[in-house]
Amino acid sequence: MAVTEPRSAPIRKLLVANRGEIARRIFRTARAMGIATVAVCSDADVSAPFVREADEAVRLPGVAPVDTYLRADLVVAAAQAAGADAVHPGYGFLSENAGFARAVLADGLVWVGPPPSAIEAMGSKLAAKELMRQAGVPTLPWAIDPADADGVGFPLLVKASAGGGGRGMRIVRSPGELDEAVASARREAGSAFGDETVFLERYVEAPRHIEIQVFADTQGNAVSLFERECSIQRRHQKIVEESPSPAVDADLRRRMGEAAVAAARAVGYIGAGTVEFVYADATGEFAFLEMNTRLQVEHPVTELVTGLDLVRLQLLVAMGAPLPAEALAPTMSGHAIEVRLYAEDAAAGFLPATGTLRAFDVPAGAGTAPAVATVRVDSGFVAGDVVSPHYDPMLAKVIAHAPTRTEAAALLAHALRRARLHGVTTNRDLLVRILDSADFRAGRTDTAFLDRNDVAALAAPLVDDSDRRVHAVAAAMAVQAHHRHGAAVWRGIPSGWRNNPSQPQRLRLAAATGDVEVDYAFGRGGSVTVHVDGEPVDAVVHEATPATVDLTVGGVRRTCLVAIDDVAPGRTVVDVDSPLGSSSYDVAPRFPVADAAAAAGSLVAPMPGSVVRVLTESGADVTAGQPLVVLEAMKMEHTVAAPADGVVSEVRVAPGQQVDAGAVLVVLDGAAAANSDQITTAVNTDQITEEQLDAH
Amino acid sequence: MPVLPDRVDRDAPEFAARRAALLGLLAEVEEQLALARGGGGEKYVERHRKRGKLLARERVELLLDPDSPFLELSPLAAWGTNYTVGASVVTGVGVVEGTEVLVVANDPTVRGGASNPFTAKKSGRAAQIAEENRLPVVNLVESGGADLPTQSEIFIPGGRGFRDLTRKSAAAIPTISLVFGNSTAGGAYIPGMSDYIVMVKERAKVFLGGPPLVKMATGEESDDEELGGAEMHARVSGLADYLAVDELDAIRLGRQIVRRLNRHKLGAAPVSSYAEPRYDAEDLLGMIPTDLREPFDPRDVLARILDGSEFDEFKPLYGSSLVTGWGQLHGYPLGVLANARGVLFQEESEKAAQFIQLANQSDTPLLFLQNTTGYMVGKDYEQRGIIKAGAQMINAVSNSDVPHFTVNIGASYGAGNYGMCGRAYDPRFLFTWPNAKSAVMGPAQLAGVLSIVARQSAEARGKPYDEEQDRQMRELVENQIEAESRALFLTARVYDDGIIDPRDTRTVLGIALSVAHNNPVQGRRGFGVFRM
Repeated sequence: MAVTEPRSAPIRKLLVANRGEIARRIFRTARAMGIATVAVCSDADVSAPFVREADEAVRLPGVAPVDTYLRADLVVAAAQAAGADAVHPGYGFLSENAGFARAVLADGLVWVGPPPSAIEAMGSKLAAKELMRQAGVPTLPWAIDPADADGVGFPLLVKASAGGGGRGMRIVRSPGELDEAVASARREAGSAFGDETVFLERYVEAPRHIEIQVFADTQGNAVSLFERECSIQRRHQKIVEESPSPAVDADLRRRMGEAAVAAARAVGYIGAGTVEFVYADATGEFAFLEMNTRLQVEHPVTELVTGLDLVRLQLLVAMGAPLPAEALAPTMSGHAIEVRLYAEDAAAGFLPATGTLRAFDVPAGAGTAPAVATVRVDSGFVAGDVVSPHYDPMLAKVIAHAPTRTEAAALLAHALRRARLHGVTTNRDLLVRILDSADFRAGRTDTAFLDRNDVAALAAPLVDDSDRRVHAVAAAMAVQAHHRHGAAVWRGIPSGWRNNPSQPQRLRLAAATGDVEVDYAFGRGGSVTVHVDGEPVDAVVHEATPATVDLTVGGVRRTCLVAIDDVAPGRTVVDVDSPLGSSSYDVAPRFPVADAAAAAGSLVAPMPGSVVRVLTESGADVTAGQPLVVLEAMKMEHTVAAPADGVVSEVRVAPGQQVDAGAVLVVLDGAAAANSDQITTAVNTDQITEEQLDAH
Repeated sequence: MPVLPDRVDRDAPEFAARRAALLGLLAEVEEQLALARGGGGEKYVERHRKRGKLLARERVELLLDPDSPFLELSPLAAWGTNYTVGASVVTGVGVVEGTEVLVVANDPTVRGGASNPFTAKKSGRAAQIAEENRLPVVNLVESGGADLPTQSEIFIPGGRGFRDLTRKSAAAIPTISLVFGNSTAGGAYIPGMSDYIVMVKERAKVFLGGPPLVKMATGEESDDEELGGAEMHARVSGLADYLAVDELDAIRLGRQIVRRLNRHKLGAAPVSSYAEPRYDAEDLLGMIPTDLREPFDPRDVLARILDGSEFDEFKPLYGSSLVTGWGQLHGYPLGVLANARGVLFQEESEKAAQFIQLANQSDTPLLFLQNTTGYMVGKDYEQRGIIKAGAQMINAVSNSDVPHFTVNIGASYGAGNYGMCGRAYDPRFLFTWPNAKSAVMGPAQLAGVLSIVARQSAEARGKPYDEEQDRQMRELVENQIEAESRALFLTARVYDDGIIDPRDTRTVLGIALSVAHNNPVQGRRGFGVFRM
């Protein structure tokens, strides 16, 4: 079908069939090229930055990806509705869906991606491997039938044919584990990609993951834009990527580049693609893994070392233009490292985290002029956004570019340390510790990096115990300033002033690392006596506002940035960021909720009346709110319910019995029955009757 | 705007000497404050804590808004008497849920929190402050009632306390009692007369007569809980509005009650932005002469307490022994009368009377900085009518309706004390610097007068005058009057609202001004007859 073949035409309005940071990234280039932008958005994303930044937006009703960003028909309809003339799929979602590409093309739109046939050729990992073998690209042994596992050899990997990003992937070290691994990989592949096909592939222990960025245009040019190393992964997902790879020299780079270009040519590739290889340090050999027929998450590292805008190249190629000269003769300059900042709890097995990003600021930008080093932040979030459980929890990609690898790592680690990330647990501390680790600095990176290193230790808070005291003091000073700023009266009177001081002010803070208690008393001239957990702290507070605390502790003066947020009724969170790192505290309430713990409770008749029903018996377990006795008095039914969970130790009344006000009806045992007050509800009996009649 | 100059020579030898002397006096005060904070002493504090109870000041601290200031009143009441300094009660003005309140907390470590005559005086003064300034009252109750050995001194004034409570309630000044322990017999009326009552479960005991008394009176057998337990009062008698599970819960409930009082201050709000004084209040310590006979310029004090050190002096060239003028303190407008050279002459008196009238016309609160030896005496002055002039000033002070604040910064003797709004003239607040003295006249003068009178009497009877006995008598009297003139002696008797560190003067007055503005500040527009 001719209509589904790539079409080259000018692009005036581009729809990005994606969300988050990649949508913003593509819009950025589009704007720079004078191309109008259209976003599509699920109901969860209606006020997301990428939607606000687009010229136009079309809603995809629903929240789940399968109802929204994976709906090719809706996206194409959106392009039509907005009058877009081209569609960029970003990465993930429909980016490697040949059917979608065909639908776009069938609609007369420009598809900013490779030909559907190339997607298909590479989309089936199996067919791709066969194709590569034929093209002379080194490949690993593989098999489709689990019965052929021995031919592949153990350890092996079960992979989703249609997969990527580690989903639907299982390592199998012995034949016994095979069946279960295949079954679960199929299930995951089915739900993630809508295709249950899996295959087996030889698993190389702790290889490096090195990939080549390739670019091909419609004029027959195909070029390698050098390698990216993405060895450091968690749960098979890349978290640190860099270019060049410390393992690749000029010769290897040339050989891998040639293999990658050959692979692209083998499938008639057009546009941006990435050919992934495994590389074993021990043998110096590399083998084809797969080709990603889209723009990669980690494309910025290539952009920074080559100075090329890959999205621009994609758009140029899609419009039918040849690759520009600078892309045909690319050069590498300096070193770029990218980390993926995730909303996740690394220490808890990389559990995705959600919440409201109360503050979200990663210091970016160039340092000196002419810039020798820069930090780039690609993010889909701004402060105030909610990190929802619906989509990928990646908050940002932070990329540093510097003349050397060492400098880039240092610069990146520093930017991360100084980032203000409030409200959501992130892997920031893990990333910083990886970048600072001896292994990383020495270039000893491979896919087993996080197996070799203790993740719990790497994910431990950057702020150590003594630094935490500084932060606790800063938190207390900011909170007291906050109290004083908000004071209805006596605002100008010195904080906590006493003419007969009997005790210091006390702030209790709860942190993930434990509770901390700060006692402080101001003296004359702003001097302050501070104790943290009873230990004196030599602190001089130069200035304290609710947002900034300038203080000297132990002879070192620092400015701590503080954010105080009432995140929920009765819950205040204090975040402190300083050169020492970041701390987050919950302010402990001054008056803890009175715990319901005391003696057994006697439930008494609230007024004189007769017992209509007894709904419990001695020895029965009852739960809070459970009706126990129903009384009738004054045409009202009064239900006496259990005030708390407990055990009925005694029932003193029977149906029909007349009771006086205050007569004990039921005695409850159990710790919780204690302080809770009796619950009695009344219903008009006439009303009941009428309603019952109505019902019949 | 006229700004007061900085005229303090911090390098002068007397600066250091004066500072050292004043720090010595402050240390003496602090020593007594520490005793007051110690309540009934370690043994009783320990016993109280072992019962799982909070100390009086701990309860107060929890009641107050975090980081808010607290001005404790009469902290050294009963100093130098047979009673524990502090008079077994803590009183003060503080902020709860953004509302200025008067707090009264019994100190149960001092004889079970029993009231003695000084307790009555101190609580009575606190009640007066609450009433005059429309402050809600929070009573933190735990008291064994009246100190029985002194019942005769406490029975009548103590009874007034209950009346004060309900009078306040009638004036729509809310009264709240948080009952932490005993509050029995007459003491039961402290919660009893309150608008809101919180009782701590298994701790509060509120009854007219305990089990022994009941047994004696009627033969009935009963226990504490049945007669006055918190549960009983919350569920049966209805005396308790809230049942607290523990002390913290009671304080939480107290704060919750205040939050819903819907209090609004009726006086004008202070200006929101104002400058601090230009000069350090620390200088005050080095400025105050150790010898009261040495006058000092009150403008140097004003330069360290008024906003921006700005002061518009009124009538600077007339009656210059008294400084009058306008300024602002923590955003509140303020008229100031301050003695400059001790003596009040006719001109000073008339100037004061006029100035006080002006403040009433403009609804401006007045600050009196006392440092006076009194009205001038002598033939000339009497004949020119110093009594008439003094009467004018006293008339003006007495009938002025704007809030008055008095600080005795040096001396306050004789009728000068009255004209400069001494205690009997009901300033809203009166504070004393530790160096200050006050009496009907100076010790030497008083002893001298007695000596002259005795000599005249001896002469009239034709008896020889014993000079040695006269010397002894004068020394004795001088020492007695000297002791009775001291700040500690006066504060012990609640003749002021507390001795303050001179460096805290601005802070204390800022709180006092704010408190006074719970009522409208409205001057009197028609005075009594001024005798000319």
